[in-house]
Amino acid sequence: MSPRPNVSRPGTAGRTSGVNPLVGKLAAPVAVVALVALWQLVCIVGLVPSFLLPSPVTVVQALIGDWQLLAGHAVTSLAEAALGLAAGIALGFAAAILMDRFELVYRAFYPLVVLTQTIPTVAIAPLLVLWFGYGMLPKVVLIVIATFFPITVGLLDGFRSVDPDVIDLMRSMGANRAQIMRHAKLPASLGHLFSGLKISAAYAIVGAVIAEWLGGFSGLGVYMTRVRSAYAFDKMFAVIILISALSLALMWAVGALRRALMPWERSGD
Amino acid sequence: MAQLEVEHVSVAFDGVRVLDDVNLTVESGHIACLLGPSGCGKTTLFHAVAGLSVPDSGRVLLDGRDITGVPGQLAYMLQKDLLLPDKTIVDNVSLPLVLRGVSRDAARKRALELFDTFGLAGTADRWPSELSGGMRQRAALLRSYLFSQEFMLLDEPFSALDAFTKADMHVWFLDVAERFGTTALVVTHDVDEALELADKIFVMRGAPQAGKPTRIVGTERIACPRANRANFALTEEFLEHKRRVLELLG
Repeated sequence: MSPRPNVSRPGTAGRTSGVNPLVGKLAAPVAVVALVALWQLVCIVGLVPSFLLPSPVTVVQALIGDWQLLAGHAVTSLAEAALGLAAGIALGFAAAILMDRFELVYRAFYPLVVLTQTIPTVAIAPLLVLWFGYGMLPKVVLIVIATFFPITVGLLDGFRSVDPDVIDLMRSMGANRAQIMRHAKLPASLGHLFSGLKISAAYAIVGAVIAEWLGGFSGLGVYMTRVRSAYAFDKMFAVIILISALSLALMWAVGALRRALMPWERSGD
Repeated sequence: MAQLEVEHVSVAFDGVRVLDDVNLTVESGHIACLLGPSGCGKTTLFHAVAGLSVPDSGRVLLDGRDITGVPGQLAYMLQKDLLLPDKTIVDNVSLPLVLRGVSRDAARKRALELFDTFGLAGTADRWPSELSGGMRQRAALLRSYLFSQEFMLLDEPFSALDAFTKADMHVWFLDVAERFGTTALVVTHDVDEALELADKIFVMRGAPQAGKPTRIVGTERIACPRANRANFALTEEFLEHKRRVLELLG
């Protein structure tokens, strides 16, 4: 029998046990740098022809060279994402509050809410373009469809996570429904809401790009289809990196908002 | 100060009779305990007294006023502190005032005046998760007190605490109750706790699940002054009371 590898001691956090915290923090950046270096090496050696796989250096050059153009398109996509996300949040709030208040609404519409999630985004996008034209509307509608589900479900789970005894206690203090919502249910659902919002934020950017592929006047998806038809793969990669970066930034912003609005989560550490 | 009367209260759930003709009176300024085994329907009675449910028959009177099925009349506290995790201690305890329409600042000010008395000095801006179980129960009690100084319903308020904290809390609770002249009805399944706290113990007996609805089978009055309660458990008198109560419990 081979000796067992370093088994984590009980009581220590399983994932980080035995790893130096500094090394643990550097692991991901080092891995990324190593992969990019490998990619560059593959391109320099000529393992893959450069028109199929541009090297990281040429991708960065494309990103810098087209910066102004990219920024303009990014503004369009971001605006669509922000609008869609805002509408998704508003709709999610309304749906969750109605479903929480009226059991019948919950029973009637919850399955429909789940159904909207099974609609493949890519499949419905062409229909939306047919119905709503090449402007912003079809993009925003698509993002709303994609984002409102995680928000509604997150809020509902949060509302239902409140200890029934808390609700009894508040009723015994003479609280009305609105006060119970304001002081107990909404705060309890914030954590769930932000988890949903993080997923929604990433969906929003991707949703905007997919909708733009199918037609439009500007946006990162429109730019993408143009450079693809020109076989400008370096520019394709540049725009992919930009989309990832925007999604990451949006998710980070949701996290920052969470930390600002939920200071009690940091206590007791 | 207020007097509570429960008259002929009966409650059934899904055809199962849980409480049968419960009658009890808690005189103004007294502490009474409801003592009974787990699952006998103490909490059911509490819900009815707090106005959270309407009994099938009978009435609940506070100072002669019928409050049957009307919540928001009595302060109510449970075994769990039920402090809201997203509010600081001062905002938690002043919640009943805010719910009543008092401004947040005024509510905080009222609450802070009582922090020393309730042994909560220095905790105002902490989160509930930062406090020990005993401190959290003190905060919960202050919140109940701020809701109503007249009458407090306490459902196993100290049963989640360890023995040492519990003994401290008993002494402290009697002191606070004495100082404010609070009338209280405390539910417990702990005979010793009932004997240490109560001026009067209502013994409940029954097994609703087995078809025997719960009723009050006897009352035990305890004359020992509150100041002597800390060492009451060491006396002959205490044992005599305990023997009688245990007989009633069967």
